[in-house]
Amino acid sequence: MAAVLESLLREEVSVAAAVRWIARSTQSSEDSPGEAAVLNSLRPLRKEFVPFLLNFLREQSSRVLPQGPPTPAKAPGASAALPGRPGGPPRGGRGPRSQLFPATETPSTAAEAPLTRRGGRRRGLGPARERGGRAPGVPEEGVVGDSLSWAGGRRLRGSGSPSSPSLTLSDPPNLSNLEEFPPVGSVPPGPAGRTKPSRRINPTPVSEERSLSKPKICFTSPPISCVPSSQPSTLDTSPWGLGLPPGCRSLQEEREMLRKERSKQLQQSPTPACPTPELGSSLPSRTGSLTAEPADPSRVSSPQRLELVALVYSSCIAENLVPNLFLELFFVLQLLTARRMVAAKNSDLELSQGALDSLESPLFQSIHDCVFFAVQVLERQFQVLSSLDKGTLKLLAENERLLCFSPALQGRLRAAYEGSVAKVSLAMPPSAQAVSFQPETDNRANFSSDRAFHTFKKQRDVFYEVLREWEDRHEEPGWDFEKGLGSRIRAMMGQLSAACSHSHFVRLFQKQLLQMCQSPGGTGGTVLGEAPDVLSMLGADKLGRLRRLQERLLAPQSSGGPCPPPTFPGCQGFFRDFILSASSFQFNQHLMDSLSLKIRELNGLALPQHEPGDEDGESDVDWQGERRQFAVVLLSLRLLAKFLGFVAFLPYRGPEPPPTRELQDSILALRSQVPPVLDVRALLQQGLRARRAVLTVPWLVEFLSFADHIVPLLDYYRSIFTLLLHVHRSLVLSQDNEGEMCFLNKLLLLAVLGWLFQIPTVPEDLFFLEECQVDAFEVDIAASEHGLDSVPVVDQQLLYTCCPYIGELRKLLASWVSGSSGRSGGFVRKITPTTTTGLGAQPPQTSQGLQAQLAQAFFHNQPPSLRRTVEFVAERIGSNCVKHIKATLVADLVRQAESLLQEHRVTQGQEGGDPAQLLEILCSQLCPHGTQALTQGREFCQRKSPGAVRALLPEETPAAVLSSAENIAVGLATDKACAWLSANITALIRREVKAAVSRTLRAQGPEPAARGERRGCSRACEHHAPLPSHLISEIKDVLSLAAGPRDPDEGVSPEHLEQLLGQLGQTLRCRQFLCPPAEQHLAKCSVELASLLVADQIPVLGPPPQHRLERGQARRLLHMLLSLWKDDFQGPVPLQLLLSPRNVGLLADTRPREWDLLLFLLRELVEKGLMGRMEIEACLGSLHKAQWPGDFSEELATLFNLFLAEPHMPEPQRRACELVQPNRGTVLAQS
Amino acid sequence: MIAVLAVKGVLAYWWQICSLLFLISYQQLCEAEVKKRYLNGVVKNGAAPVLLELANEVDYAPSLMARIILERFLQEHEETPPSKSVINSMLRDPSQIPDGVLANQVYQCIVNDCCYGPLVDCIKHAIGHEHEVLLRDLLLEKNLSFLDEDQLRAKGYDKTPDFILQVPVVMLCPLAVEGHIIHWIESKASFGDECSHHAYLHDQFWSYWNRFGPGLVIYWYGFIQELDCNRERGILLKACFPTDIVTLCHSTA
Repeated sequence: MAAVLESLLREEVSVAAAVRWIARSTQSSEDSPGEAAVLNSLRPLRKEFVPFLLNFLREQSSRVLPQGPPTPAKAPGASAALPGRPGGPPRGGRGPRSQLFPATETPSTAAEAPLTRRGGRRRGLGPARERGGRAPGVPEEGVVGDSLSWAGGRRLRGSGSPSSPSLTLSDPPNLSNLEEFPPVGSVPPGPAGRTKPSRRINPTPVSEERSLSKPKICFTSPPISCVPSSQPSTLDTSPWGLGLPPGCRSLQEEREMLRKERSKQLQQSPTPACPTPELGSSLPSRTGSLTAEPADPSRVSSPQRLELVALVYSSCIAENLVPNLFLELFFVLQLLTARRMVAAKNSDLELSQGALDSLESPLFQSIHDCVFFAVQVLERQFQVLSSLDKGTLKLLAENERLLCFSPALQGRLRAAYEGSVAKVSLAMPPSAQAVSFQPETDNRANFSSDRAFHTFKKQRDVFYEVLREWEDRHEEPGWDFEKGLGSRIRAMMGQLSAACSHSHFVRLFQKQLLQMCQSPGGTGGTVLGEAPDVLSMLGADKLGRLRRLQERLLAPQSSGGPCPPPTFPGCQGFFRDFILSASSFQFNQHLMDSLSLKIRELNGLALPQHEPGDEDGESDVDWQGERRQFAVVLLSLRLLAKFLGFVAFLPYRGPEPPPTRELQDSILALRSQVPPVLDVRALLQQGLRARRAVLTVPWLVEFLSFADHIVPLLDYYRSIFTLLLHVHRSLVLSQDNEGEMCFLNKLLLLAVLGWLFQIPTVPEDLFFLEECQVDAFEVDIAASEHGLDSVPVVDQQLLYTCCPYIGELRKLLASWVSGSSGRSGGFVRKITPTTTTGLGAQPPQTSQGLQAQLAQAFFHNQPPSLRRTVEFVAERIGSNCVKHIKATLVADLVRQAESLLQEHRVTQGQEGGDPAQLLEILCSQLCPHGTQALTQGREFCQRKSPGAVRALLPEETPAAVLSSAENIAVGLATDKACAWLSANITALIRREVKAAVSRTLRAQGPEPAARGERRGCSRACEHHAPLPSHLISEIKDVLSLAAGPRDPDEGVSPEHLEQLLGQLGQTLRCRQFLCPPAEQHLAKCSVELASLLVADQIPVLGPPPQHRLERGQARRLLHMLLSLWKDDFQGPVPLQLLLSPRNVGLLADTRPREWDLLLFLLRELVEKGLMGRMEIEACLGSLHKAQWPGDFSEELATLFNLFLAEPHMPEPQRRACELVQPNRGTVLAQS
Repeated sequence: MIAVLAVKGVLAYWWQICSLLFLISYQQLCEAEVKKRYLNGVVKNGAAPVLLELANEVDYAPSLMARIILERFLQEHEETPPSKSVINSMLRDPSQIPDGVLANQVYQCIVNDCCYGPLVDCIKHAIGHEHEVLLRDLLLEKNLSFLDEDQLRAKGYDKTPDFILQVPVVMLCPLAVEGHIIHWIESKASFGDECSHHAYLHDQFWSYWNRFGPGLVIYWYGFIQELDCNRERGILLKACFPTDIVTLCHSTA
């Protein structure tokens, strides 16, 4: 590999030719014969060039960036495999990816580490096997070294390489440079299990270290065996390492040398040539507060060479030959902001002086070199840089090194900064908002049984209870989701027995997920017809900002490096843990079904493809809305796909790949039969064909990021990866042809794909080895000339929201400014915007046929807002039409049903008949009327649609366009309404009639006529009547006094009683505050009061002889009561209680017994029509059955006879006279 | 309506506690003893407040004592445990009790009980309803359109606050930085103490929040200030109808 680079450096081959050679295996006619010859000889190495280059650069920079922020995870394999990569940055607890860099390492040789490390990753598909060099099971040691260390001196020759048949294990790996760095820990050297004392760790997941006995090959870094033998010189010369006598490699010596070297360097560069703020004494420490060494363009050691490498490197980036664009940018910015070079040894320096044009000398000999190289690359990546967010641009433009090395670039960056509007806002994490209850989907009618309905009601409450507890406590140290909530969640899931309940719960879960975690940027916009955030409409923006500030101060600050593992930030964590804790198969299955459906639905959503408005503001408003809509859909899709991936691959996920080939093969055989949970390949192909990659690829990446180790090996998914690689390669940023994908769209795809290629479960070799197969999956992209891809739907906000790790660039630059090391945290925060929006319904399906075609054609040349308006109106009017029919036609039918039911009851008697039968009869009579619904619906649409369209379209719309739009809206609305009505009207009528019947039957049960004319008092009423509760309470006091026990001097005054009854009358007449139960109780209490009056049981205040109520007073009170019963009570009064044994029994206790009041009362009751004679007679008759004292029975019998003797037709006058006779009762008693 | 149901909920809760307390004292007193004393007392003088005094003696709500004795009585006479509805109906109307003396005793207990029993329940219900009406008037006065409980039930809502505002409002608080959104209002004609508030939170308020978002609870008879700790979450407590309410303006601009 180095040969290629060498050829380049020697200018045997032009850079353009080399890049062409790398990108396309075939030779181009542009290449000169000489170049072709050189390149031809190197042909077998073509694929390995890029990984080699990347590793080379990483390795070369290892002296500069020993304490830099976390660098690329697995991409250029060397970044991990290289000695000298920092293993130190705090990575603990960041998820799987960080495990790629554990601190422990087998210490014996640095060269072994990559070997062992790679072992875990080989899956028998890598280059080693292809080259026929390795059989599985070959011991690790002495096989293929993948250390690319050109300078490292650990060359291993693979026997499979045609050009270098001899496998030589080079002399003991040079660890000396290892020791250039002071040790991290002080672990004593020992045979096994030691930690390396140096930072030069070859990060390796511990779990994978011993897992496979297969040959290990770094994914991006080919085995050194590939290095052609024509370059022997490079093998043995090393800028550091071999230049040192073996004897001086002990740690102590190294340190000594280091110190010397440093002081030398300090002496060499006492003054900076360009303005650098950071000056002063510099004791290199790795704690992060390093003073930056000034960089000087005039002291770059070999500009031509650097420029050349930078050119090759940039070309590779531009051609998307590197797996992750932003990782490379991050690396370059690391070089730009490198603070200090770890000194090289004298010998190195000397050696390098003589060999500047070859690779024998280190590429970066000083900070100056690094910065020069970085600036060279950045100059060529200006296009990407200029589309970063404003904050990053500012930091770049203000970078003094950049100014110093390339004022031109700085000027361009400044201009870009000034012109940039790409402010990426840091929005607050949303607080939990519950999914609202929607009667259409959530009421009883949607459940199979009452029980299911009520169970779900409880589950909803438990779900939110759990959510609230999580919100309160998940940040508490020591709180554990499973311990705290696990059992409650499982108990709740256990109650979900019916499949229907599962689907209800999953719907709730999914909606809540979208509501809490979906994050469209911006504030308070209405998206897809959702209600706007009220607070923002009320202008509470400032308050929101305050809260945001608070959130920012409280929230954790790191987002996990430039390539974070897939995580569930914020609220997503709750949903993940919920799924894990619930551990319910049914739930997971329903969830996957639901997520898949929603993904399909959103992925197929017809998003407006409208060019941004160039001339007028009006369409710009539309454009903003469309962008936002796209963002909402995309973010929702990503969220849903992420969870789908998580749940779908959950059963297969493990920390490590299968330990042996055999096991792996058997798993593969098994898994390849399982159909994918969602046919993502088809969706991807469709997306590419329809040129909607910008929508499909980002969510697909989320889905795949949760794949387990086996997934990429399955044919189905492998083909997807191949396709994605193809897409990645095709997204060349510099090409901006007409009809091509927009720049930011491309950038988004590159970012997400680059991120995907870094996921630990994605095989490392995938990126560099798959290209040959791409053609098989070539999709016919040209089929559709105009797709979403060519519409600039992505903006910086969306880019950063989807790929928060791009923000690491800014973090890096900012840490340069602030002088703090990147790994101390930085300040770039995740973007989690807030608005809770759901997605509206899909635009209606237009009917087929010629008319529909015409309508489509009509819209084609109209502004897109017209189409949206018409579709919107049609959708709404259609829906309203159904509601209108419900409220008019169906309601009428229900009323008819009710009156029919009444008739039926009259004819059939109270019992009526079987309700089900009754319902059948009613439905058979009423359902035929449903046919009217269609005509009425048509009328409604015809009447309502045109007005709505007219109101929503601009006034200058031409009349013809307007009327066409109106007609289309009418047609669409009618189609929609009629389609629904014709399918559902009968069922609807049935349902409503059924509800009405059961309502009527229920209402006529215990409380007839209770709902009738009650409510409302006269208009003039001012509602000053005493409150019912007060009256009941007062009457209760009287009753309790009468019932005893009481003090001798306790009692009520007759006036008070009168006043009470008067108040009762007022209350009953006012009715404002009266509710049926209160009225019932008042009625009952009044009857009891009457009984007490009749029995003279009410203790009256006054001097002792006068403890009883005067007869006249009693009668007056009874009169009052009678009129209340007659005129004021609207509910039933339980008058028969007057003749209950208990109340009549009260009379038994009085001595002498006086019956006149009772007789009076009975007569009055009959006279006022409050009770029938028959009824009273029946009551009196039943009284005989009770056990009475002998004399009382006799008196009762007399009363009975007396009452019976009354003439049936009452004569009020006469009886009034009778009643005035005071001694009537006494007479009666005596008789 | 819901206020009453809630009162019943709390009552049920109290029933449990009281039954437990009663059981302890009741068992201490020994069931046979109570019965004996009741029968003795009644035989001596049927009109004397035997049951009421017994209840006072064991420090137990008279109406609950009446219920338990009635239960025993029915059990002995009918040999099958009486249904709850039968007992409730007899307590509401003691004249249905077959034994006249017991009927009188039960009646006496009920009219003399100031905390429990059907009459007191009704008073509580009435108070609850009166305050709902009051609240309704206030809402109408402020021109806030709402759906009441009956309408909600008709639409099939599984949980029904007293009122759901069709257009939410914001309540401003004098010392707070920002206002609180109110989607629903629940009227509670009682004092908000810790015990009842927690029961309400669990049975009602959080359920409303879960379905309709943040809302307001009015404890017309005041509440313990410390209970108003869920404001940020979306459950706001007030002792009266809030005065500083901001409504959504239909801008004319």
